[in-house]
Amino acid sequence: MEVRENIRAFIGQHLIVFNDDVSFTDEDNIFELGFVNSLFAMKLLNYVEHTFDIVLENEDIDINNFSSVNNIERLIAGKLSSTAGNE
Amino acid sequence: MLANYLQRQAMSKNWLEEVKQFTDNYLRPLSADIEENGSVPENIIQGLATMGMLAVTFPREYGGLELDPLTYGYITEEIGKACCATRSLLTVHSSLVGESIVRYGTVSQKSYWLPLMANGTVIAAFALSEPGVGSDAAGIQTTYRKRSGGYLISGRKKWITFGTRADLFLVMATGSEGITAFLVEKNSPGLNVTPMKGMMAGRAAAMAELEFTEVAVADQQVLGKTGNGFRYIVNTALDHGRYSVAWGGLAIAQEALEAMVSYARKRKQFGKALYEYQLIQGLIGDAVAQVHAARSLCIHAGTCRKENHPDMTGATQIAKYFASVTAVKVAADAVQVHGANGCNSIYPVERLFREAKVLEIIEGSSQIQQVQLSELALSRYYRNGYYVNE
Repeated sequence: MEVRENIRAFIGQHLIVFNDDVSFTDEDNIFELGFVNSLFAMKLLNYVEHTFDIVLENEDIDINNFSSVNNIERLIAGKLSSTAGNE
Repeated sequence: MLANYLQRQAMSKNWLEEVKQFTDNYLRPLSADIEENGSVPENIIQGLATMGMLAVTFPREYGGLELDPLTYGYITEEIGKACCATRSLLTVHSSLVGESIVRYGTVSQKSYWLPLMANGTVIAAFALSEPGVGSDAAGIQTTYRKRSGGYLISGRKKWITFGTRADLFLVMATGSEGITAFLVEKNSPGLNVTPMKGMMAGRAAAMAELEFTEVAVADQQVLGKTGNGFRYIVNTALDHGRYSVAWGGLAIAQEALEAMVSYARKRKQFGKALYEYQLIQGLIGDAVAQVHAARSLCIHAGTCRKENHPDMTGATQIAKYFASVTAVKVAADAVQVHGANGCNSIYPVERLFREAKVLEIIEGSSQIQQVQLSELALSRYYRNGYYVNE
């Protein structure tokens, strides 16, 4: 599964709005929309680290990096490319 | 339960044996006195430290045993069966604070604090709750104010387990950059620690109120990034805390079950042992089913955590919720089987009954767990197209 689809699926599994018509774009701030509960930021952090096998430092752990699908994808791509560059 | 047995055999068995010997020979015989005296003896704390029990999951490079979450769970159960107050030390020191430092600490914070916590030189406590703030943890009133090179913290914390014994506090405070976590030493000027009296449970858990009056901390004492205190650090700490409390609940339920059946086999009324009465068998039957179910949920949560499975937080919430409710039910039924004897400290079920109730309140009350578990279920188990729109 593509990174983007993987992220969307994970977010979709954790929505706390239960109207079938609810949707979110890759740009939407899922936290500001109230689509997830207070535990989600921590769950998302764990998911990103373990699914994509990257280590996020305190500087990376900024809610803006996790607020939308696009931002999460950008964070992962940045970490993976810096890891590859170090090898 | 063969699977459970095999899983237990597969784990690092020696650690558990060592803990069991410690609890059987030293801790359990002292548990009534520990509560009576209102504190866990220093030689017990040092004994735990010597065995590595204050740092079961910490990385080896920081003085820990680096054992997996399941092994931590089995150890927590063994200690919790013998003495709930001592178990609560593991919960706050190792899980709430220790795991937070492991996850979010800088190299220098980890290198400095974790070895001291592992060898028992430093005991740590978690300072989140306040007089007016319990479940609504994001609403804390304790504040920080930025100043050159650091911060000033002011406010009050309440219900701080091991607060009067702790050398180090992980303190949550709110301010201009959002809720932030600080590592604050006990002897910081402006920090006043007051013991709490009148507790129904946790009487030996060194409960305290903390008052911060412009307590100065340096930038280096911030744990994690400023503003990440609630969203990441509190949630991570409480996730680990819930896992520990789940096993603590199982511990009480298991201990109460053993007390219940041991009493029922010996105590005679109307010329027969209690266990011969079907109404007593009903209580025992319910208890054993609930204890086994709680154990399975704890093992499942531990397995998820060992594998870093995306479901680990939810599995932990389920285990904590069920195990704490089970602890209350089984301990209450154990008191019932003991009759008047169960209402006196001559038997441990009186203490188990009181200690169990607290587990339904701490690390997210049962009601908070129910709300979040219902969200989990509404998302996961929804079948689109199921509803017939007439």
